[in-house]
Amino acid sequence: MIATTVRLGVSRIGNEVRSYFRQGDSVFFTFLFPLLMLTIFSTAFSAQSFGTDDNGDSLSAASYYLPGMLAAGLLLSGVQNLAIDIAVERGDGTLKRLAGTPLPVVSYFIGKLGQVLVTGAAQAVLLLVVARVVFGVDLPTTAAAWSTFAWVFLLGVTTSAVLGIALSRIPRTGKSATAVIIPITLVLQFISGVYLAFTDLPTWLQNVASVFPLKWMAQGMRSVFLPSGFERLEQGEVWNLGGVALVTGLWLVVGLVICRVTFRWIRKDG
Amino acid sequence: MTPPDSAVSVRDLRKTYGSVDALHDVSFDIARGETFALLGPNGAGKSTTIEILEGYRDRTGGAAEVLGVDPGRGGTDWKARLGIVLQSTGESGSATVREQLTHFAGFYPNPRNVDEVIEAVGLQEKQKTLIRKLSGGQRRRIDVALGIIGNPELLFLDEPTTGFDPEARRQFWQLILALKDEGTTILLTTHYLDEAARLSDRAGIIAGGSLIEVGAIDEIGGAEARTPVVRWIEDGVARSERTTEPSRLVAELVDRHGGAEVPQLEVVRPSLEDVYLELVERFDSSARDAASLHAAALDTTPNGGVR
Repeated sequence: MIATTVRLGVSRIGNEVRSYFRQGDSVFFTFLFPLLMLTIFSTAFSAQSFGTDDNGDSLSAASYYLPGMLAAGLLLSGVQNLAIDIAVERGDGTLKRLAGTPLPVVSYFIGKLGQVLVTGAAQAVLLLVVARVVFGVDLPTTAAAWSTFAWVFLLGVTTSAVLGIALSRIPRTGKSATAVIIPITLVLQFISGVYLAFTDLPTWLQNVASVFPLKWMAQGMRSVFLPSGFERLEQGEVWNLGGVALVTGLWLVVGLVICRVTFRWIRKDG
Repeated sequence: MTPPDSAVSVRDLRKTYGSVDALHDVSFDIARGETFALLGPNGAGKSTTIEILEGYRDRTGGAAEVLGVDPGRGGTDWKARLGIVLQSTGESGSATVREQLTHFAGFYPNPRNVDEVIEAVGLQEKQKTLIRKLSGGQRRRIDVALGIIGNPELLFLDEPTTGFDPEARRQFWQLILALKDEGTTILLTTHYLDEAARLSDRAGIIAGGSLIEVGAIDEIGGAEARTPVVRWIEDGVARSERTTEPSRLVAELVDRHGGAEVPQLEVVRPSLEDVYLELVERFDSSARDAASLHAAALDTTPNGGVR
């Protein structure tokens, strides 16, 4: 039984990843969007300095924005992608068709999580390669930095995927999904230190953003990619990786509970 | 309650939405290996009935068993024995024909061969084409292919040939008759009465949320509804007469014409469509009568307080 569920889950991952890349809108608005933003910021602010690194050299716009774009990628690949994708699948009959087959719901979830993991990892690699090769960003060289990157990425992408599944219940129809979900993710990106420097925001807004996981994912990514001198610019002048793990982990649990309680193949009436 | 050879058994099925009575007093059985057509006007309750049996909707009352299982509680083992062709959907279709069928085949313990199914629905030429690039009729054939890929014991077909051209419909009939020969039980809804007559052993007619008639295709509606009609032209006037002895009437007519050809003579046996239309019409008018009787009763209420 479990073996079948896992085998079908893996088969779903292949199917999900394939259809993700065959849909132009998901490739553009989810997969390439952070790369596009990194390119725009790096080009627009190429003459500007964003502080100095540990050797006293000026920090480029690309180096400064890279961690934020990686965090945005986690949010887009998980929350935005799945919330819209599943709402559309509920609206267009995909879920109804699957509900009539022996496919276990858990296998369907494995497929969605796998899709987010694969596409999110590909997106992160693409961002890192372009940042390094095109914009000459110096990437970390220590194993400690990369292991921090690995857990922040994995925890972030999983939480984001689970929250995406949970949010997919909100749009009433597949057609309204984009209009309902994108404002949520867009506002989060603006208040969580992705596009705007987090420390420039008023304290009350920082406190609001701290409730949500994106602020913490972005902070975790900054701890990996920004020079150590930037740590004193953070809230409390620390990277606070414990806080990153705690808040993101709490949202993972909340998301799992919501999914367990609310997910149905179709809206059964009466 | 369920006869042992019955694939589907329904007793007093009822479904209400709020105060609206969508379905009531629906009882029928489908024997294993039988093809059963559920007929009726739009909104009469066909889809509600079929969706309750597929496990998509909960019933409000009555009993239902599908392959020995209450459809409200069927798990994945039960679903593995069913094939479901829903009314057409608008999925994104970003897999190819072959990819989609291969993927779905993997869900079932004992699936059909993917090549054979592709051939059976006539999509060999399109097997590497993305489903979203197919025409409506071709997409409908994918729906049918996905319904039979798991080698089901019981196949639900909800208006399967909508959007088919006549040739595709004939091919589809061949496919369904082949499945029937293999012993598949089939529950079909359709608006094409010739299709129902060609494919089914028995039919049930739903109108106004209840089953008004159920029986073998060549007996439904009773003997009277099947009485042949003789039509001819006499003195320039179109004449017709219903008779259980059409040969005798024709012989009389020939006599009357002194052995000459009777103009425009034809003997018509009512088709399933004729019988169906008459049954539904009769139901509608009796419903109207009941409604006006009810209104009349209210009108004549002695103390007049009701109005």
